[in-house]
Amino acid sequence: MSIAMPALDAGTLAKRDRIIAAMRSIVPGEGVIEDAASLRPWESDGLTAYRQPPMLVVLPETVEQVSAVLRWCHAENVKVVPRGSGTSLSGGALPLGDAVLLGMGKFKRVLAIDYEDRVAIVQPGVTNLAITQAVEARGFYYAPDPSSQIACSIGGNVAENSGGVHCLKYGLTTNNVLGVEVVLMDGEIVRLGGPHLDPGGLDLLGIIVGSEGLLGVVTEVTVRLLPKPETARAVLVGFPDPESAGACVAQVIAEGIIPAGMEMMDRTAIHAAEAFVRVGYPLDVGALLIIEVDGPGTECGHLIGEIARIADENGAVTNRVSQDESERMAFWAGRKAAFPAVGRISPDYYCMDGTIPRRRLPEVLRRMEELSQKYGLGVANVFHAGDGNLHPLILYDANVPGQLDRAEEFGNDILRLCVEVGGVLTGEHGVGIEKRDLMPEMFTEADLTQQQCIKWAFDPALLLNPGKVFPTLHRCSELGRMHVHHAALPFPDLPRF
Amino acid sequence: MLEPRDANDLRQIVADAVAAGKKLELSGGGTRADFGAPRDAAAVSLAALAGIVDYDPAELVLTVRPGTPLADVQALVASEGQMLAFEPWGDAGATIGGSVAAGAAGSRRVTAGSARDHLLGFTAVSGRGDSFVAGAKVVKNVTGFDLPKLMAGSWGRIGAMTELSLKVLPRPRLTQTLAAEGLSPAAAHAAMACALGSNADVSAAAHLSRGITLLRVAGFAPSVEARCIALPGLLREHCALAKIDEAEAAPLWAEAMTGAQLSGAVHWRIHLPPRRAPDLLAALDPLGIDWAMDWGGGRVWIALGQADTRVRTVAAGFGGEAALVRADAAMRAAVPALHPRAPGLAALEQRVRRAFDPAGVFATGRFMEDAHADPLSA
Repeated sequence: MSIAMPALDAGTLAKRDRIIAAMRSIVPGEGVIEDAASLRPWESDGLTAYRQPPMLVVLPETVEQVSAVLRWCHAENVKVVPRGSGTSLSGGALPLGDAVLLGMGKFKRVLAIDYEDRVAIVQPGVTNLAITQAVEARGFYYAPDPSSQIACSIGGNVAENSGGVHCLKYGLTTNNVLGVEVVLMDGEIVRLGGPHLDPGGLDLLGIIVGSEGLLGVVTEVTVRLLPKPETARAVLVGFPDPESAGACVAQVIAEGIIPAGMEMMDRTAIHAAEAFVRVGYPLDVGALLIIEVDGPGTECGHLIGEIARIADENGAVTNRVSQDESERMAFWAGRKAAFPAVGRISPDYYCMDGTIPRRRLPEVLRRMEELSQKYGLGVANVFHAGDGNLHPLILYDANVPGQLDRAEEFGNDILRLCVEVGGVLTGEHGVGIEKRDLMPEMFTEADLTQQQCIKWAFDPALLLNPGKVFPTLHRCSELGRMHVHHAALPFPDLPRF
Repeated sequence: MLEPRDANDLRQIVADAVAAGKKLELSGGGTRADFGAPRDAAAVSLAALAGIVDYDPAELVLTVRPGTPLADVQALVASEGQMLAFEPWGDAGATIGGSVAAGAAGSRRVTAGSARDHLLGFTAVSGRGDSFVAGAKVVKNVTGFDLPKLMAGSWGRIGAMTELSLKVLPRPRLTQTLAAEGLSPAAAHAAMACALGSNADVSAAAHLSRGITLLRVAGFAPSVEARCIALPGLLREHCALAKIDEAEAAPLWAEAMTGAQLSGAVHWRIHLPPRRAPDLLAALDPLGIDWAMDWGGGRVWIALGQADTRVRTVAAGFGGEAALVRADAAMRAAVPALHPRAPGLAALEQRVRRAFDPAGVFATGRFMEDAHADPLSA
């Protein structure tokens, strides 16, 4: 629990009753939650080690209400934390004790589907999977598939630029969103992009996606739909060690194949998954790859053959090709259950999310093992091998004093290692609060200042989701006359942290 | 012409310009200089910042300096069996940095994404004269704000790149074009929508004004061959598709991708919902236009003989945005190159530009909305 959140603003807390009354005047009925017991369920997101009940929860139903809430909070210098389904693994939606938690869960409608132009317009509270469910009868789907897709909202996906196991081939959220309607902190409603490609001007849509709720509140999303591939087939390949599995991955790509998914599990993860779901994973291997190809049937057949050959050339010791859909799903069942499976072998686990250049994998795994011994905590490795996105799961017991702190330190060292070898702090889970204080490992002060200048352009009063992403909130003092003007805003006591 | 040899030179040039209250125009090969209004800012050529920094094909990442000729970059990745999937294009002399800054994407953009989708990271000098890094050199990264999205297609208005990292992808082992003849724009749009919406994995779809419809099928040979057999059946209600030779197809695709061959002195590029393209063409027909549809109808090139700005208002009426890509200096001085933004959005864009360039050193007047949106410049 080493990450400090901004100090509470006494002025805000003192006027809590007035804030509640104002919110009720904008969002009538049950859309404002303020009693302590009812606030409790909102106290954390998917990063459950951190808990903080919000000052109050507001659940608007229309863009006009969102705009009015933000405009009022802006005028009154009240912080706002936006929230989708609350599945963030990095604490992006962690409430603040002196902030309005703006839940977008009531924005549940699919507004329009255009099969001819292959786009859908949806409200932000629609779940990721619900988009696919709305269009699958016509043979379409929405490609990004984060593991929380039954629960996570498309608005949250936009905020976090969510990925999934298929993003090597199909991209992240940012590559599959064409437009958003977004409300800025001062209540202004702007539309960025729309149901066509490449609007001119600066790509502000591109900066909204992945901005972790710091720049605006998304109230509508236009997504690209893709035709569902004719077939998908998977091959399950066991290797004596992660090095040979990594060499196989590199050769697959070098031979021009971009699989739909390419997942690796280490021995610990394989054993945990097999013990949990019993899908027939080989237990005498050091690493397991699940390689999935999709597309026309002829193509899948051809590629499966090529992949089997490449696997053999890299010393595969087991090699199974899915013969039907149920077997393909069984291959995935173990991988998809890897997190809860690890939860059975350890009281708690902490999921990391760095990306590395794939060629550095053997070195990273070796040094991770050294760290594991240094901290006295086990680690299971599951990762998106195609794009080098690691998900080490650090095993610990929160009931043992000191273990959570050790797990966090271990995790920080893993992420520092990722950056050291040329990688990044987060491949898909976001910075949130979790990696906030590690940002200087990857970026210089000048780099971070430049990013924060964007924050200033959207939210000069720094009221939207403060305490996330950036270790310290700067004023962009060099920004010239316009920002000098804003630097003189009537909030000189704004907390810095 | 200022010609920095490295990032240090560039920082000094920017700092000097800011101190002197001068404007700088960033330039790669200068091949797109006629886009936008005539201006008299001092040109900074980034051509000397050239060369490959790092390229490991198996990592799918290429790091290169901006002044590297686009043709050299494409030849390099092709030699490894790879490609820049957004199909950047430009005249002879175009650079990789300029192509990314212009957001130039080819016909494959409809399925593979644009420059924005393939720029992973960069190092640049901001309008403050500071070097900064954004994004990274790995294919999957969500650390911090996604500044590469802003840089791609920014036309040198937020900073001068000194290094850029691009995602590269395997080059299809075989590419085959299927063509149909004699379709109206509406029939062609329907055929292209059917093809792009099918699971036959069509990677590009275009239609030329003389009634030629093109579909591109690319990938591994057995798959391409199977899809080329399946597609005519899939589209039998729309058109009669036949394979054409790639040597014959290449210039047709080039026409659809660039619109450069269209007859008429004034060229517009319209991005719009593809389903509106046929009605857009019908509405513009009285103006005496030539045209080409790319991206299944999502990009329409319009050429006409006169400086008629009704093209832009008509495009807006169909949910589109029109960029003026070729015109004489007088028209370019009077008509903004980029489609005007709604006022709130224009102001936000302007604040974002100022976040990189507080003194407006890169605001050369090339894009006239700079002045229109800037309450401070009045």
